[in-house]
Amino acid sequence: MNELFAVFLGMVLINNFILVRFLGLCPFFGVSKQLNSAISMGVAVTFVMAVSSLATWLIRHYILIPLDIEYMNIVIFILVIATLVQIIELFIKKTNLGLYFSFGIYLPLITTNCAVLGITLINTNQDYSLSGSLVAALGGGLGFTLVLAMMSGIREKLEMANTPKSMKGLPIAFITAALLGLAFVGFSGII
Amino acid sequence: MGNGKFAKEFAKGIILANPVFVLALGLCPTLAISTSIDNALGMTLAVLIVLLGSNIIIALIRNFVPNITRIPIFIVIIATLVTVVNLIFHAYLPATYEALGIFLPLIVVNCIILGRAEAFASKNPVASSIADALGITVGFMLALLMISFIRQVLGTGGLSVFGHDLFTLPGLRDHPIAIFILPYGAFLVIGLLMGLFRRTGVMKNE
Repeated sequence: MNELFAVFLGMVLINNFILVRFLGLCPFFGVSKQLNSAISMGVAVTFVMAVSSLATWLIRHYILIPLDIEYMNIVIFILVIATLVQIIELFIKKTNLGLYFSFGIYLPLITTNCAVLGITLINTNQDYSLSGSLVAALGGGLGFTLVLAMMSGIREKLEMANTPKSMKGLPIAFITAALLGLAFVGFSGII
Repeated sequence: MGNGKFAKEFAKGIILANPVFVLALGLCPTLAISTSIDNALGMTLAVLIVLLGSNIIIALIRNFVPNITRIPIFIVIIATLVTVVNLIFHAYLPATYEALGIFLPLIVVNCIILGRAEAFASKNPVASSIADALGITVGFMLALLMISFIRQVLGTGGLSVFGHDLFTLPGLRDHPIAIFILPYGAFLVIGLLMGLFRRTGVMKNE
């Protein structure tokens, strides 16, 4: 139990997906202009990460390893993720139309988000158990959402700020991310 | 296709459509592996093989692929090429394979590759797709080398490429500015470089 908690905390705060592992940067800079869309994106990514971790763990342990075709990891994982995203999209569209529209374009884009393929590869490399994979995925997703939400709050204020003309937009967002990352170093002592 | 057009497609990727600084694509690997020149060159080689292969294959099959299933087909082609590169690196360049870690398999979801497949190779003949792949890779390499150079020199106080020490900076060698080698340094360097490029007019302001 303690070990799972350490994995979770490490994923959220210490090895944060965005600030330390550099996974999922495209939505980080693309979507983080408004708080609402940042949180929707974060929740959608977390959900897909958890479901994909579950599915890829089962496929790896019951199909790939018995058949000794682990080198097919990458192709299989990306197909699983793409299929899952499609299924989730159809499911949400049928059951909850409001949620479907609030996710909008973000849901199909998740297929090419490196955070999702990243977590399945991290689970494989670390050889986490089924519960470990799930906890790692939820922790990673939560850390991703947290930083995305913080960044969107900062960027809403930055729009009003008097930044030099050549630093407006992306450059100042990068600098802000660097400072945010430095602030997160403070957490590294807690495990 | 004349030489002029080939050269034009090639040059486009280097400055006007530089994948990192202008299009802001492929940021994850750029930031993550730009801690040393060795890693930058290893990543460039991997991206070159995958991008060249996917652009050629997709340009060849572009007239047979049904429009509605094109994205899954492109992804499977790219994933297969990445698997091949992964196995080659594991066998022949084990040190680079270890250093790049999960960012080698993650080339599958690098927006540069799928972006070029969708925006260029699926609409153009093989020769211009090759030029496009080479230009984009050179642009990617220049951006990676620039960031890696700054990070490695300031973060370790010298430059060594594949075990050869090229130079050291005496003061920095003993007290390197460690932040540049840490993840946060990557954000700082790319942000400042982008600002500098806009200030000097190489790139447009937003």
